[in-house]
Amino acid sequence: MSGQRNKFEFATIALFVGIILFAFGTFWQAVAPWLSLKEIPVKTFEDIAENIPPEFEMLKEDYPNEFNNAFPNMGMKEAFIEALQTAKKSYIAEACWHCHSQFVRPVSKEELRFGKVSYPSEYATLMQLPQLLGTRRVGPDLIRESGVHSNDWHIAHFKDTSGVVPDSVMPSYTWFYDDNGKPNKRGLSMVAYMQWLGSWEKGNMYQLARK
Amino acid sequence: MSQERSDLINYNLVYAHCMASVIYLGIVFIVGVLYSLQFIGHYPLGGIEIFSPGRLRMLHTNGAVYAFIVNGFTAALHWAVPRLTGHKVFGGKPIGWFSFWALQGAILATVVGLLAGHAQAIEWGETPIYVDPFVVVWLLLTLVVFVTPIYKYASQKALYAANWYLIAGFVWVPMVYIMGNYIPQFFVPGVAGAAITGTWIHDAVGLYVTPIGWGLMYYFVPVLLRKPVWSHALSLLGFWGLAFFYPLQGVHHYLWSPIPMYAQYAAVFSTVVLELAVVSVIVNFLMTLRGNAEALKHSMPTRWLFIGIINYAITCLQCAFQVLLTTQKVIHFTDWVVGHAHLIMFGTFGFWILGFISYLWPKVRGVETSYSRALDEWAFWLIMIGMELMWVDLISAGLVQGFNWWGLNPWMESVRYSIPFWFVRTLSGLLMTAGYFAYAYNFFMTGKKAPVGSYQPQASGGAA
Repeated sequence: MSGQRNKFEFATIALFVGIILFAFGTFWQAVAPWLSLKEIPVKTFEDIAENIPPEFEMLKEDYPNEFNNAFPNMGMKEAFIEALQTAKKSYIAEACWHCHSQFVRPVSKEELRFGKVSYPSEYATLMQLPQLLGTRRVGPDLIRESGVHSNDWHIAHFKDTSGVVPDSVMPSYTWFYDDNGKPNKRGLSMVAYMQWLGSWEKGNMYQLARK
Repeated sequence: MSQERSDLINYNLVYAHCMASVIYLGIVFIVGVLYSLQFIGHYPLGGIEIFSPGRLRMLHTNGAVYAFIVNGFTAALHWAVPRLTGHKVFGGKPIGWFSFWALQGAILATVVGLLAGHAQAIEWGETPIYVDPFVVVWLLLTLVVFVTPIYKYASQKALYAANWYLIAGFVWVPMVYIMGNYIPQFFVPGVAGAAITGTWIHDAVGLYVTPIGWGLMYYFVPVLLRKPVWSHALSLLGFWGLAFFYPLQGVHHYLWSPIPMYAQYAAVFSTVVLELAVVSVIVNFLMTLRGNAEALKHSMPTRWLFIGIINYAITCLQCAFQVLLTTQKVIHFTDWVVGHAHLIMFGTFGFWILGFISYLWPKVRGVETSYSRALDEWAFWLIMIGMELMWVDLISAGLVQGFNWWGLNPWMESVRYSIPFWFVRTLSGLLMTAGYFAYAYNFFMTGKKAPVGSYQPQASGGAA
């Protein structure tokens, strides 16, 4: 008899703890936000490339050979898509997101420092799959990065960070450059990505106190 | 007679997992110190792609959890579960060793993958996508190996609290691992993906490390002190508190983000309330110690466990405050969080594992005591002082950074003001690393002291 009772006790523990409580927490924290937000259409790379930031075309003008090597026989649109995909890979591989966040909070005067407070629909893109919101800032937030610095600044900065920003603790990424010191595919792509992040909100930026 | 040998326990597996855990801990320490050098401008491997500091950081965090903590826990589980249940773990030698090598293989593949740039952008899940299926298989195997003896026991007698925690942890972790590593990676982009990722980040800590850690503590504390835990009722309160409130707090990693506020409020609320469950566990262990505090002087394992508990009390009290939306305005994104994470993952669970290993290792090697009492003390004090120094240093740095940002100082000011703190962090890391070497030297010499014939790892076991 008591054996039966305890078997039942075991089953109860496994069932309630393993499934129901876990399911409730997971529903509230993970599934419910997803249900709330799933009406927002997700932008594909094609959609993103409808609006190419002018800095990308400037990259092509300034580095024609490197650009053609990186994106051979591609129209601007295909090249931009290729650049964003390459940059996303590098951004994740180098774990940029461990030191740079990608959302502006509505508190602590962040709106003054970075620009418009982040809202859910701007994350509904395939560039945020997986999401790159980040949980730590050693360097500044990047979601309003577009246009804050020039292409040349980024190209110099990735190559020699503390040479451009004294006392910077960001590593230099020499492998974003070819043997001649010009940006390679990864370098061009990362610059394109930086100039894309927040390009949809450029008109609303305060851009105060960044330098 | 140094101790009784039990047929229930596979000593070689305990041996191998202890060994792996201690070796990986050394690598984690060295990588952590190397990474910290980047922040004070002395990173020695700069300009080498595969040793880029960003990649090393992932090695440090993933190594700490999946190599050091998982191996340490598994060693202790291979010891504790047979003792708790009176049954051998499922699968015997073949499954045990397959599981051991599968884990080490997954760790090796992760190291190579992270350095080669195949990381996943999921915090605590940077393990490359191609390694994840093997980890899931390993987790399911572990579930079967350890829950089978508990099930056999449960069919005869009522379960002790330690077993509840272990069952819950083993059942939860494969589910959350699959959820956290696949859904935000392939199916749900953007803000909802962040909510799921946050849930996974916290589940990794709360639904694997915490229940397994607490479960093992409910075995080791009474065994070390040779008396039952103070209150069985409190241990159950802690269990249900953990089960109810832990899965509900993932989004507290993304407070003030565009994630819907109802999820954020629930996360804040449950994080504060969880403090009650944690306090019940801490009180339970401390009251068990009551009257036996002398043991802290004489028994190294007891000391590791209880200083871990003190750190746990500190870090969880901190948790209940730092999660408030007001506090978050300052400390989110800063080194405060890094300090908190170190105190919980190493200061608490790491200390517990060092305690478990200090207890298990002489028994596994068939000797009475460790090689050197003096080295025991050196290891403890260096690691303990280093740990507390790092915590105080990083939470201070966090406040400096947070108020600099809020005050709209130029960004680089917050970095310049942080550099002295980062020097102290490197120093505290070096202290802990020195303590580690004392621990590791002691660890390896303990085996050598074994009298001839008292214990021989079986050749067929393939112990490393």
